Amino acid sequence: MEPLKPVSAGARVVLGIGFFVLFIGLWAAVTYGGVVQPLFLASPGAALAAGISLFTEYNFLGDIGMTVWRVLGGFVLAAVIAVPLGLMMGAYKGVEAFFEPFISFARYLPASAFIPLLILWAGVGEAQKLSVIFLGSVFQIVIMVAVIAGATRVDLVEAAYTLGARSRGILRRVIIPSAAPQVMEALRLVLGWAWTYVIVAELIGAQSGIGHMIMDSQRLLDTGQMIFGIVVIGIIGLVTDFLFKALNRRLFRWAAL
Amino acid sequence: MVLTIRGLTRTFPGQGRTAPTLALQPTDLDVAPGEFVSILGPSGCGKSTLLRIVAGLDRPSGGTVTLGGRQVTGPGPDRGMVFQSYTLFPWLTVRQNIEFGLRERKLPEAQIREISEKFIARTGLRGFENHWPRQLSGGMQQRTALARALANDPEILLLDEPFGALDHQTRELMQELLLEVWGADSPEARKTVLFVTHDIDEAIFLANRVLVMSARPGRVKAEVPVPLPYPRDWTVKTSPVFAELKARLMAEIREEVRKAAIG
Ligand SMILES: Nc1ncnc2c1ncn2[C@@H]1O[C@H](COP(=O)(O)OP(=O)(O)OP(=O)(O)O)[C@@H](O)[C@H]1O
Ligand SMILES: [Mg+2]
Repeated sequence: MEPLKPVSAGARVVLGIGFFVLFIGLWAAVTYGGVVQPLFLASPGAALAAGISLFTEYNFLGDIGMTVWRVLGGFVLAAVIAVPLGLMMGAYKGVEAFFEPFISFARYLPASAFIPLLILWAGVGEAQKLSVIFLGSVFQIVIMVAVIAGATRVDLVEAAYTLGARSRGILRRVIIPSAAPQVMEALRLVLGWAWTYVIVAELIGAQSGIGHMIMDSQRLLDTGQMIFGIVVIGIIGLVTDFLFKALNRRLFRWAAL
Repeated sequence: MVLTIRGLTRTFPGQGRTAPTLALQPTDLDVAPGEFVSILGPSGCGKSTLLRIVAGLDRPSGGTVTLGGRQVTGPGPDRGMVFQSYTLFPWLTVRQNIEFGLRERKLPEAQIREISEKFIARTGLRGFENHWPRQLSGGMQQRTALARALANDPEILLLDEPFGALDHQTRELMQELLLEVWGADSPEARKTVLFVTHDIDEAIFLANRVLVMSARPGRVKAEVPVPLPYPRDWTVKTSPVFAELKARLMAEIREEVRKAAIG
C-alpha cells in the first residue's frame, strides 16, 4: 500500500462489502456461539425474523413513513430559512455582524435538551417533532452556509464588478452559484444529523415512528426488533446520502469535471 | 485624452507592527484613444496597484483618475479587465462567460448571441463554446477572459500580465492573437489598452508606447515610443529597430530590478 494511491473500483466494492461481511460474521459468531445472551443481543437471524414480523404484523412501513416525513419536514423548513440567511450573512458583513454571535451561541444548544420544553409548548404532536429537527438543523446550516458564501473567491467577485455587476448581481450571479455545490454538501451533512435528532424526539412522547417502535420493543425486551429498527435507520440514511450525492453530481457537473 | 491620471498615489496601511507600504508615488499619465500602452516594471513596483485603481477595484490614497471626462470612483463595465490569475466563472461555459456582462446589461437575447458569436470566432474558441473552464488549457482560458472583457465593448482594456502564467510558446501565440483581435477594428475604432507586463519583448511587440516604472515606490521613470507599424507579426522581433528598443529598455529596467532586489 502506498499513501494516497487510489485503488481500482472493483477493489473498492470488494473491500467495502468485506467489512459488512466481517461485521455480520462477528455478530453471528457471538450470538450463535452463545457468548452473549439472546436477551441482550439477538442473532442476525432473529433480528431479520423480527423485522419481517414488524412489516407484516405491526405496520412498520407506517412508522418509517412517519419518521421520514418528520425528518424531511423539519429539515426542509430549516433549510428554507437557513440557506438564504446564511447567504446574506456570507455576502453582507453587516448582516453577519448582526446574527453571527447569536447563532454561534444557539448552535451549541443541544436540540434534544429542548424536547421537554417543546412538549410543554407544542404538546406531543407533530409540531413538537418538527421543531426538534428544525432547531437541531437551522443554526448549523446558517453558520455553514455563511462560511461557504463568505469564502467566495474575491477575484471572481472583482471580475464580475469589471463586467458591470452591482451588489445584487454579485450575490445572484457570483456568490450563489459559486457557493451552491458546497451548500448542498453542507445540507447533506446536516440531514445526516437530523436523523439522529428525530429518533431522540420519537423516544419521548410519540405514538408512531421508528424511535417509538424501538422504545416499545425495549418494553417487550425484543432486541431483535430494536436492532432491526436501528439498521433500518442506517439504511435510510445511506440511501438519502446516496441520492443527495447523485443529485449534486448532476446539478454541479462543472465542479466535478 | 481618454484616460488622464493626475498625482495618483497609494499607500497600504501597515498591519500591527509592520510599516505602511508606499506602493505608488505621485504618478501622472495621459493615454490617447486607441493607444496601446505597455507598462513595464520590476515585481512589486505597483503595476497591479495602478491598474486596479484605474479599474476602480482599489481606491487611491491621493490623486485622480479620469476616464472619458468622468472621474473614476468605482468599478464599471466601461473598463474591461483581464487578470493574471484565471478568473473565468467555473460554473459557466465559455459562451456563458463571454455573455456575462451582456446579460448584466439585459440586452435582447438575439443581440447577446450575436456578440458572443463574434468574439468566439475572433479569439479562436470555435468548438469550445460549451466547454467548462476546467476543460480548457491556460491559454484558452485567457482567450475566453479576453473575449469576455471585449464583448462588453469597454472604453479601455486593462490587462494585468494576462499571459504571465503561460509557457513561452503559448505566450507568443497569445500576443499575436491579442494584436489580431485588437487590430481587427479600423484604426479609429481600436480599443485603448493598458497592458502590464515584466517581459520586455512582450511590452515592445504589443505597444505603441512603453512606460518603464521604477522600483517600489513606483513611478513612471521613462517613456519609450515604439515606431513599428501595425499589423505586426513575430518577425518584427528580429528587426533592428526592435533590438535597439530592447537594449534601451533593458538598460532602464536592469537598474530598477537591481534596486527592487536589493531593496
Ligand atoms: N492589499 C495590499 N495590502 C498591503 N500591501 C499591498 C497590497 N497590495 C499590494 N501591496 C504592496 O504594494 C506593492 C505593489 O504591489 P503590486 O501588486 O501593485 O506590484 P506589481 O508591480 O503588480 O508586482 P508583480 O509584478 O509582482 O505583480 C507591493 O510591495 C505589495 O506588497
Ligand atoms: Mg501585479
